[in-house]
Amino acid sequence: MTITLDSIGENQKAKVVSISGGWGVRQRLGCLGIHPGDIITVKRSAIMRGPILISVHGNQVALGRGVARRVMVEAE
Amino acid sequence: MKIALMGQPNSGKSTIFNHVAGYKAITSNFPGKTVKYELTKLNLLGRTAELVDLPGTYSLTSFDLAELEARKYLLKGNVDIVINVIDASLLSRSLELTLQLLELKLPMVICLNMIDEAERKGIKIDIEKLSKILGVPIVPTVAIKGKGIKDLFSAAHKVGEKKKIGKTINFSKDVEDVITQLSIQIKKKQIEQEFNVPERFLALKYLENDSYFMENYKKKSNVLFEEIAYFQNILKETHGRQSDVVISSERHHLSMNIYESVVSLTKPHTSLIDYLDNILMHPFLGYISLGLIFYLFFNLIFGAGKMVEEPLLDYFYKLIPLIGKSIDPNTLSFSIISGIIQGLAGGIAIVLPYLFPFLFGLAILEDLGYLPRIAFLLDAFLHKIGLHGKAIIPFILGYGCTVPAIMATRILESERDRFIASVLATMIPCAARMTIIFALVAFYISPQAALAVYILNIIVIIISGKILSRLLPEITPGMILEIPAYHIPSIKVALAKTWLRMKEFIFVAWPLLIVGSTILSLLQYYKMDVLINNFFSPLTSLLGLPLVVGTTLIFGILRKELSMLMLIQAIGTSNVVAVMSATQIMTFTIFVIFYVPCAATIAVLWKEIGSKRTLFTIAFTTILATILATITRFVY
Repeated sequence: MTITLDSIGENQKAKVVSISGGWGVRQRLGCLGIHPGDIITVKRSAIMRGPILISVHGNQVALGRGVARRVMVEAE
Repeated sequence: MKIALMGQPNSGKSTIFNHVAGYKAITSNFPGKTVKYELTKLNLLGRTAELVDLPGTYSLTSFDLAELEARKYLLKGNVDIVINVIDASLLSRSLELTLQLLELKLPMVICLNMIDEAERKGIKIDIEKLSKILGVPIVPTVAIKGKGIKDLFSAAHKVGEKKKIGKTINFSKDVEDVITQLSIQIKKKQIEQEFNVPERFLALKYLENDSYFMENYKKKSNVLFEEIAYFQNILKETHGRQSDVVISSERHHLSMNIYESVVSLTKPHTSLIDYLDNILMHPFLGYISLGLIFYLFFNLIFGAGKMVEEPLLDYFYKLIPLIGKSIDPNTLSFSIISGIIQGLAGGIAIVLPYLFPFLFGLAILEDLGYLPRIAFLLDAFLHKIGLHGKAIIPFILGYGCTVPAIMATRILESERDRFIASVLATMIPCAARMTIIFALVAFYISPQAALAVYILNIIVIIISGKILSRLLPEITPGMILEIPAYHIPSIKVALAKTWLRMKEFIFVAWPLLIVGSTILSLLQYYKMDVLINNFFSPLTSLLGLPLVVGTTLIFGILRKELSMLMLIQAIGTSNVVAVMSATQIMTFTIFVIFYVPCAATIAVLWKEIGSKRTLFTIAFTTILATILATITRFVY
């Protein structure tokens, strides 16, 4: 079942299925190592619907809620 | 010969640059600190060469202004040799940029930087094999310690002499076919190119739908445009994804494959610093630590500054009456001499004692890598004023100096965000205004009152942010920000950075201060200050300030610290409380913090956000300052 990345709990892994949203977001996430097929670990979730912190290919990236909502994933 | 340092953000380009140039480019541990390029001459085995430090860029498809600048420079700037700087601990991701750079067919060397950090993380790289695959020399370095830099430049020299170009790494067969066919079409059409780049590189940019290149061609040739659409479609149909996704996935897989074939993973050595985020990014402890760090920082600046200010001020102000004994105080030469002494004294005794501990502390926080963490913690709050987390970086730099803060807004993606962040950044008390808060409010009233000024300032900025984002209701693009690993700050580097930032004060502000003091002495001698003070009397009487304050406000536009130092001179005593009440000191400080940004800030605003918006900022801040200072007069 595909869900959005922001609904993945802390310390859970997920596999990227697709990235909705425009060319800019897709390219930008791609540059940071987030493409369809990549495995992401959600490490932290900030309070007040703040950003989430993920780990991908050994690198940490903070994604705002709005961005995380555009990343469709499958929970591992 | 021109050598360009090119690489992803935070890979250590500026550190390498500084190793050659001396500390000239600001380095910090956050992605995107370099927003404009920096040049230096170097001696490359007897030949003079030019080295350029470009802003970091994740790929050759650019998103923000800083990345765009790097790409433009590389494609247009007649670069002879590229040094591709890679953070070795992030090899797989970094290779994606490397593959794109290879497409440019320029002599290239790879600098595998932070190799020690990679080893600590358990990443062992077979350098020889990687060099064979890519067809370019690779030099491992630890730039912060200067290790391998010499080898790097001698390798660069060699590839430059031989004009040695790396290999082109092929994509999967069907994608490669499309690229080749499009390249042939581009060559056939012989369209006048703005950039002198290989056809294959252009073909890839078109297939990636890079808006910059697309728009460039839409204008010039419809024929080619149709051709491009045709090939984009082939990829889309055969792969079931947009052509840009196909290309970026291909590149991603190539990089992963190369990475896997040259890297062997061992157990990482964890150190205490890896656990720091359990506190600093914790949903509860994170905010407590943030408050605590800034509270301690505040006390440190005040404690250190006060310790030095008191004895130094005493010393200088004993000096002037001494001179009065040998030169008649009513003569012009006495006026000039005392003006110069007061200018000197202001710099040494009032500004430097607070400036140094502040800039040094800021350098330590930057180099540790704390700033991106603050962006993470405060993202949700910044959304409330219509911005996102990354905007905190220009704001924090704004506590140092407004000019680099406004330059740093280039890391924000949308023009509207850059405008709002720039206006708000002008209201953040920079180091010059900090010395006013510390040397006047904290020194004469109380440290608590100074802290209250800072808190009030933040509240005003939040409200102004809300107003501005109401006026420009556009949704901010969300935050996408890399959170780099912590680095233990090097004291030597932090001192070099502090010195670089203090130079601005010592060589620009200070001479201005001495000249300003002298001019004020002359004005007073010829009684011309009365005219200026009378002109400002409506404002000074509205704020309930002494008439003599009028002149100092003009000097404050030149440099913010001038207004305080001139104040001391204008009222004729360093013992400000003898002349001004606590309310007057507070009113003066509040007005000076918010009113018209200084001359240097106006200049950079003009360049970054345009004349109209700069004039708006000046009007907005002046009105705000008048309202707030009037309220202070009656409430405080």
